[in-house]
Amino acid sequence: MVNLEVNLKNLNLKNPVMTASGTFGYGEEFEDFIDIGRLGGILVKGTTRHHREGNPYPRMAETPSGMLNAVGLQNKGVENFCKDIYPRIKHYNTNILVNVSGSTIEDYVETAQMINDLEHIPAIELNISCPNVKEGGMAFGTSCTSAASVVKEVRKVYKKHLMVKLSPNVTDITEIAKAVETEGADSVSLINTLLGMAIDAETRKPLLSTITGGLSGPCVKPIALRMVWQVFRAVNIPIVGLGGIMNARDAIEFILAGASAIQIGTANFIDPQVTVKVVEGIQEYMIRHKVHNISDLTGALANQ
Amino acid sequence: MKKLVQDFEVLHREELNKEHFILVIKAFEPLPEIMPGQFVNVLVKNSTQTFLRRPLSIHFVDYEKNVIKLFIKRIGEGTNKLGTLTQGDKLNLVYPLGNQYSIPKNLKTLLIGGGCGVAPLLYLAKHLKESGNEVTIILGVRSSYDAVELDAYKDYSRILITTEDGSLGEKGYPTQHSVLKNEHFDYAFTCGPEPMMKAVAKYAKDKDIPCEVSLENTMACGFGACLCCVTKTKNGNKCVCTEGPVFNINDLTW
Repeated sequence: MVNLEVNLKNLNLKNPVMTASGTFGYGEEFEDFIDIGRLGGILVKGTTRHHREGNPYPRMAETPSGMLNAVGLQNKGVENFCKDIYPRIKHYNTNILVNVSGSTIEDYVETAQMINDLEHIPAIELNISCPNVKEGGMAFGTSCTSAASVVKEVRKVYKKHLMVKLSPNVTDITEIAKAVETEGADSVSLINTLLGMAIDAETRKPLLSTITGGLSGPCVKPIALRMVWQVFRAVNIPIVGLGGIMNARDAIEFILAGASAIQIGTANFIDPQVTVKVVEGIQEYMIRHKVHNISDLTGALANQ
Repeated sequence: MKKLVQDFEVLHREELNKEHFILVIKAFEPLPEIMPGQFVNVLVKNSTQTFLRRPLSIHFVDYEKNVIKLFIKRIGEGTNKLGTLTQGDKLNLVYPLGNQYSIPKNLKTLLIGGGCGVAPLLYLAKHLKESGNEVTIILGVRSSYDAVELDAYKDYSRILITTEDGSLGEKGYPTQHSVLKNEHFDYAFTCGPEPMMKAVAKYAKDKDIPCEVSLENTMACGFGACLCCVTKTKNGNKCVCTEGPVFNINDLTW
């Protein structure tokens, strides 16, 4: 038997496979397709202090081996989450993590505080890396001082596992990772989407209402892998790797680069059953390679 | 209605003209109940430019033969690839997706389709006829060359044509057809390019009759997870894939 369990400080996962926020709704959208209880955890839709309508249509453009999105954190706000959504999903036999975003530090703090009180939410993922909002979001995650200050303030009120989602749109991601580690982050997840753009040559118009958007999918995987590898050598807290994972082989690559767990994002849109297939594929890989504990693979990149 | 991910087998590809074709695909399991206006999201294999699934209207369902028909126009690499599938090929579907057109009873109904937007109207016409409605379809196309598969509609409806060049039926757009001046209809349904649907919506508002439109916003998932395909409604942004694709025009901001 292989042991898929992962321990991220005070957050225990039955296996390393989680879903990326914004690609898995609130889990309910996938109930027809998979048994959510088979996953290590799910990251629900980005949640903000107040209701957000998100950006105007068009919000999505397909790219070679990927897609750009500019959804802009459409959600009904944290109060609605606590009252309406949480009671519907709290029974899931998996870790439910809420992705928390905001325009100001106060937004982040108040939202985190309200989620801290929810018994069946063992962790939040602090989103300081959303490229699709005018205020806040990525602005917090692209400088060490602002990343440190938002984590510091949230840490004061949030007592459970605090994961911080990092932006790849920076000069040196390891500096940001070290800054949030110093302020008490329990883990880091990376990467959020890469800022990109698409144009229709015929009409000369941008394809997104916001002109720029976040690039995801297998086209970003090599960048994500490189950043996970860099951050693994820079910090001591666990890393959750994501960026273009389409199958178990991709997931294993992230774990070898230094991730303790992984998130599957864009692939959910193409195959809503992909997460469960990745759990099975990791298991199969471990048997084939005679690996007993998945944690033994973290950072186990062999020399050339 | 439970959504499924399933492989289908291609039974037949019927070429209608250079651009349009029909894929007849057979399910391995008994088909679930599928309503007019719903769609499938198909996986296009071996296409480097096609990353996401392609949402396609359900053109017709034959429960006896356990087949779905998809009416497709070759537009980009994805639909071109689908146009190379042949008997025995597999096609992976996520389905049935979306809401449905309303099915009133015993009314005089008007269906207006523009170009390949006519795709969902055949199955709608069947359901409308079975509920005792009188069905008229106006198909608007560029020229007679694009007026394909007309016989298929005749079992369920009267079919009228408009062409932009006047090569078949009346010359002009479908909303300019003389039948709209000469006859009264109780209920309108439409699918096609947005300017045409807006013209149908205006006609329906002028006549004070209900009107349902089917939107085709670009989407990533098709089942409400990505929030990419939203349309603005009087009650905020709504996902076209789950709260549509069919909308009553009174709910839209048109």
